[in-house]
Amino acid sequence: MALAAKEGVPPVAAGRPRRRRRRSLGLTRRDKVVATLLVGVPLLLDLAFIWFPAIASVFLSFTKWTGVGGIHLTSCKPPALPGLPEPGCLNGVQNYNQAFTNYPDFWPAVRHNILWLIVFMVIATPLGMLFAVILDRGIRGSRIYQSILFLPVMLSLALIGIIWELIYSPNYGLINTVIGHNTNANLIDWLGNPKLNLWAVLVEATWRQAGYVMVLYLAGLKAFDPALREAAVIDGANSWQLFWRVTFPVMRPINIVILVVTVIESLRAFDLVYITGKGNPVKGLELLSVLVTQNIVGETQRIGFGSTLGVVLLVISLVPISIFLYQTFRREQR
Amino acid sequence: MTTLTQAAEHAAPARAAGRPPVRLGRIAMHVFMLAAAVLWLAPIVFALYVSLRPEAETNRLGYVSIAHKLTLENFTNAWSQSQMWRFFLNSVWITLPAVIITLVLASAVAFVVSRLNFRFNVALLILFTAGNLLPQQVIITPLYRIYLKIPVPHLLSSSGLLYDSRFGLIVINVSFQLGFCVFVLSNYMRTIPPDIDEAALVDGATLWLRYWRIVLPLCRPALAALATLLTTWIYNDFFWAITLMSTGNKRPITSALQNLQGQFVSNQNMIAAAALMAAIPTLVVYVLLQKQFIAGLSLGSSKG
Repeated sequence: MALAAKEGVPPVAAGRPRRRRRRSLGLTRRDKVVATLLVGVPLLLDLAFIWFPAIASVFLSFTKWTGVGGIHLTSCKPPALPGLPEPGCLNGVQNYNQAFTNYPDFWPAVRHNILWLIVFMVIATPLGMLFAVILDRGIRGSRIYQSILFLPVMLSLALIGIIWELIYSPNYGLINTVIGHNTNANLIDWLGNPKLNLWAVLVEATWRQAGYVMVLYLAGLKAFDPALREAAVIDGANSWQLFWRVTFPVMRPINIVILVVTVIESLRAFDLVYITGKGNPVKGLELLSVLVTQNIVGETQRIGFGSTLGVVLLVISLVPISIFLYQTFRREQR
Repeated sequence: MTTLTQAAEHAAPARAAGRPPVRLGRIAMHVFMLAAAVLWLAPIVFALYVSLRPEAETNRLGYVSIAHKLTLENFTNAWSQSQMWRFFLNSVWITLPAVIITLVLASAVAFVVSRLNFRFNVALLILFTAGNLLPQQVIITPLYRIYLKIPVPHLLSSSGLLYDSRFGLIVINVSFQLGFCVFVLSNYMRTIPPDIDEAALVDGATLWLRYWRIVLPLCRPALAALATLLTTWIYNDFFWAITLMSTGNKRPITSALQNLQGQFVSNQNMIAAAALMAAIPTLVVYVLLQKQFIAGLSLGSSKG
């Protein structure tokens, strides 16, 4: 009653048409309109700017288009006058064929993406989990350690790239100076040498990813029922057994989230590489996301081909996304 | 019960005998974490150190040398020569509205999905959540074309299009972050007992009132956490700004750093100073709202 008085809404008995007084949610027509708007506007945004482009990407991946002129729904023929811009055409699976066989950067990019994923899963994520487990013990200074380790997550990836360029600088940088390789005769070009630069960038990415995983895992650990842990300790479990036999299995939902986050972050890798190359392609740092951008942004736009690469990225991403959705919403249905 | 007491008796002497190893374990942990903290902080401290030194000196002596002179000139020069204030302003123009709009829209969807029983609730949630997990490069191609096509009144966009306008960046950031926020908020709203707003329903409150006056204020912790997360993510965004904004002047600060790299090409000290200045707002958010930030991440990762 107090609510009604506060909102100035007349009490129910005063003749509101069609107001059902059941316990369950009865909706007036006005409510239905409001509900439609509440869901409709965000849904429209999401569909228009996320899902429509995603699906359009798939369609575009089968075309050949420079962006000039429309797309004619005819199959592509070799250009009459090479060099002249042609309107868009349907290329079938030719783009995919070209990506897999002809495009020199493609397989290196796939290899690098896989390597990125492996380093994340074997080094960055376990490191983050280790930090979380130790911090959960409540050693002195936990708050400070947590703040420091998490700090890189707050920084823009562009900024991280710039900071590490100072460290990797061939002539003046921290590493080369300390190990004595900073004269022009014996330079180590960490960011330029195709054999080294991916690893150099992976160090930067790990520096950031570990803190991110640490916080996620720590949140899960804090929600972990201490009674379970005490019971295991009383039963004689030592720390090692405690973690692997009790903590880790119970953390399964969090583990899945972290796994998915790891995979998705590794597929998203873009900013670091882009800023290291200052917008230009760098040999040794090819990544699928960078290749897509190269084909789309800039003077020569190969929109069809760029979309093809984007679709490859999409298909690969759908695997962790599906796992995550299945895991999350299956429990929903229960 | 007897097993428990027996076990407790066993455990007590075991613990007493095992004291030294436990101590050693704790020392090892301390050493490890200390080493990690130093390693983690080192790059930032190093960048700060370089930015405080004049370029002439580091060109002579390299970055790893004792400073003869510490100066703030890199910061002041970076600020004045590159008109950083303009980029900061752009960032504010984009980030603030985007955060607010995202939270309003996401909470609206979360409210309907958690309170009303539509057939499509789960499907909606899946749609939104999956949308947020896609890599940005997957949608950029058609998005770029869409942005070139949709006309926008000049009041909102100086270019007349979604492309190359701050409004356009707000729109894409909102759309992109909606998924995560819907996910987190719907989980959170589910923990609010339905009795609270159903009591209002009996009192004759409309759906809108239930959302705006009752449920939304109860979500304040989640909203605060999400606000800090969103501010950081949108402020730090790089990809949308460089692909959907061509005029350098209108770029937000993070992507403008790329302009600066071109402008001060070899003066790494100044670039470092500019980059550190650009990080200040996120650092302020971090220091003030660290608890909310971490709460936000854990809300997203755990279920309810």
